[in-house]
Amino acid sequence: MSLLKVTSPHASGQSRVSAVMRDVLVATVPGVLVLTGYFGPGTLINIILGGLVAIAAEYAVVAMRGRDPRVAVSDLSVLVTSTLLCIALPPYAPWWLIAIGVLTSVLLGKQVFGGLGYNPFNPAMVGYVVLLISFPVQMSAWAPPRGLAEVPGLGDTLRHVFAPTTIDAVTAATPLDLLRQNTGLLFDDLLRTSAELTSWGGIGWFEANLAFLVGGIWLLYRRVFTWHAPIAMLVALAVCALMGYDGGSSESGGSALFHLFSGATMFAAFFIITDPVSSAVSNRGRLIFGALIGALIYLIRTLGNYPDAVAFAVLILNFCAPFIDHYTQPKVYGTGKAGSKET
Amino acid sequence: MRTVHDIHGGIHPPERKALSRPGELTDAPIPPQLVMPLRQHLGVPAQPTVEVGDTVLGDQQIAAAQGVMSVPVHAPTSGTVVAIESRPIAHASGLEDQCIVIETDGHHRCLDAVGTDDWRALDAITLVERIREAGIAGMGGAGFPTAVKLSPGPERPIETLLINGTECEPYITADDTLMQCHADELIEGAQILAHVVSADAILIGIEDNKPGAIAAVEAAIARADADIELATFPTKYPSGGEKQIIEILTGQQVPSGGIPADIGLVCVNPGTAVAAKRAIIDGKPLTHRIVTLTGEALKNPQNVSACLGTPITALMAHAGLNAIAPQRVIHGGPMMGFAVSNLQAPITKITNCLLAPTATELPVPEPAKPCIRCGHCAEACPASLLPQQLYWYARAKDQEQLAEHRLFDCIECGACAYVCPSQIPLVQYYRAAKGQIRDSEQEKRRSDNSRGRFEARQARLETEAAAREAKRAARKAAAQSKADAEGADPIQAAIERAKARKADQDKEPEQTS
Ligand code: SF4
Ligand code: SF4
Repeated sequence: MSLLKVTSPHASGQSRVSAVMRDVLVATVPGVLVLTGYFGPGTLINIILGGLVAIAAEYAVVAMRGRDPRVAVSDLSVLVTSTLLCIALPPYAPWWLIAIGVLTSVLLGKQVFGGLGYNPFNPAMVGYVVLLISFPVQMSAWAPPRGLAEVPGLGDTLRHVFAPTTIDAVTAATPLDLLRQNTGLLFDDLLRTSAELTSWGGIGWFEANLAFLVGGIWLLYRRVFTWHAPIAMLVALAVCALMGYDGGSSESGGSALFHLFSGATMFAAFFIITDPVSSAVSNRGRLIFGALIGALIYLIRTLGNYPDAVAFAVLILNFCAPFIDHYTQPKVYGTGKAGSKET
Repeated sequence: MRTVHDIHGGIHPPERKALSRPGELTDAPIPPQLVMPLRQHLGVPAQPTVEVGDTVLGDQQIAAAQGVMSVPVHAPTSGTVVAIESRPIAHASGLEDQCIVIETDGHHRCLDAVGTDDWRALDAITLVERIREAGIAGMGGAGFPTAVKLSPGPERPIETLLINGTECEPYITADDTLMQCHADELIEGAQILAHVVSADAILIGIEDNKPGAIAAVEAAIARADADIELATFPTKYPSGGEKQIIEILTGQQVPSGGIPADIGLVCVNPGTAVAAKRAIIDGKPLTHRIVTLTGEALKNPQNVSACLGTPITALMAHAGLNAIAPQRVIHGGPMMGFAVSNLQAPITKITNCLLAPTATELPVPEPAKPCIRCGHCAEACPASLLPQQLYWYARAKDQEQLAEHRLFDCIECGACAYVCPSQIPLVQYYRAAKGQIRDSEQEKRRSDNSRGRFEARQARLETEAAAREAKRAARKAAAQSKADAEGADPIQAAIERAKARKADQDKEPEQTS
């Protein structure tokens, strides 16, 4: 009888990388549906197009490395990266913008470092920032929500994507843009003059944030990640906004609620900063990691030059993660005072 | 009611304990040949006291302890010594080791046993010696010589004797069965051990998934009217780790690198306590143990009391192994056991379980994927380590960071690898890294020693040279002044010089080291 040589443990749990990634993809569904409902099929087209480019790129690079590309693609991590990036891109972005963004994410964000598990930065955010710096016009061309403008149908959408000449037709300022561009109006006046803005973050935006929150809570329930980073980020952002809110003058940074439910807040909290590879490792580390991102988002939103700040804040903290890890090593069993209670 | 403390991490793998029907115990048949390894414990192998051709009786010592970290070996039954040679043994490394091979005669004639009921009249030293002579080593898995454990020394006063009846590994029910079938002996053994270490209290801890054992031990405590506390606590792996159960029941942590006695505890397995009772009261050495034979590849999973030295293959046949190649037979449990590399290897004092799973039951691990740093491993680690960082540094062979992240506090429980979504064999990396660090430390000690010797010699040679130089100068000066005084008699001066040289040589034999 031939005997198998395997070392312990011989039993293993149910968790698998591909299942984790699948859960993340599933959790984006509510948010994507809401975005599609309010802004038309642009986001969906982004995701499909981006996914195809991403799979092709990952397949090619891994094959060139001489490893089995099917194994790499089947862990679904590349689809997660491209999907997250494509949700963040404006709907009706031209096809080349999507392609460049996805290729940057997969190649520069992930594969140059050695592929899954080795990337120090969040790959989707790498792609996003490169696009933001290189193509600021296209990147700020967000669509107006349903109710304020005609939401394009599928045919129009495809035309925009593949023959992007009529870009102005579907461009509108996002609530965060409005807040940023505002110089003289009281917040309440701004609300009155800008139809797309509400005190809860803006038409469509509030709902999308809510949907991503729902997806995030489901991921928490599935134990894909722990609560530490997302909750720390949201709390820090809310606390900063409370401190910076003066009741609504033109200098005011917007209320805590406004910040929690506008822009990419919930999406960032549950889908971006929870990327395990590029975040801090321990729970304590993740608390600090999340809180600093929350604070940075507020600072960049109110003081910086870009309307939303998630990508920059995340990349900066990705860079800091190893330092956070160094200072937040958990207390190992038996290393407290002799015979002490557990600390 | 004792407050039960929670430990960090832990997992809940499927228990599969009912498979081997805990609480039912039969004797395994005596095989035609018994293979008795000289080292069934942690430490120095025993020294054979029989020769090939000798007839031996049951309970007769066949190998004697060599020093403190050693325990003797006894014949489980009567027969003839047919070989003393290297045989495959059940060990993670898959090596061979020296064994005494006994051909059994089937008569099971044993030595007359001399025990005592009046053990309270005996002092600790005598009792410890009898326990050592009975060949008792920890029966929970590591096989640490019990006599050593029972001698923590006067600077470590013992408050509590803790019987660890947790048996938290899936599948294994040997201790559960022992506690159900031999509860009275367990209580007596615990009292003896407490007497030996002068413990004030006896505490028995059992996980709450063993109602049979809990009821049996409770009843035995009542029957004996003994002052023994029974504590139960929620099932979680690895609560049965010595450090873990101590934290669960006392809220205290054993200091890193220390032993339980540092915080006033001695912790033993129920099997060890029963063996101590039999050694002292019945005068019987350790020759049998309870082994769980389990796994879906067996037709009749069960618990047996088997002679130490029984070949694994005999027990597998006894339980009806349905041999489908390639088969894995695991010595120990699914979390910490190792795959046996040769079924001819015998069971020893530490064999609590032989697990023969089918390929669907415990599938061979998939190829590992990269670590995605999800942190599930850190959540599961009972030692509060960061397994993902240890993995990273183990691969980078970064010994400094491994020390920083306290690799040696890892108890190799496997909880981290169990939850890992990338199916990384983490424990394998930690074992390898520990081995490498031990090797390089030994290397360093050796070179430190030789460097130390070299430097000391160098220093000695230098001082000697300096002393010679000083003497030479002094002699020269003396000769000079003498010559000056005596009006330069060259012959006399030469004689003087020769005399001085001779005296110097007598004083300073040539250094040869
Ligand atoms: S569980 Fe596995 S994949 Fe997750 S951090 Fe630990 S080692 Fe990495
Ligand atoms: S094997 Fe070591 S690192 Fe892994 S969970 Fe157990 S103690 Fe922690």
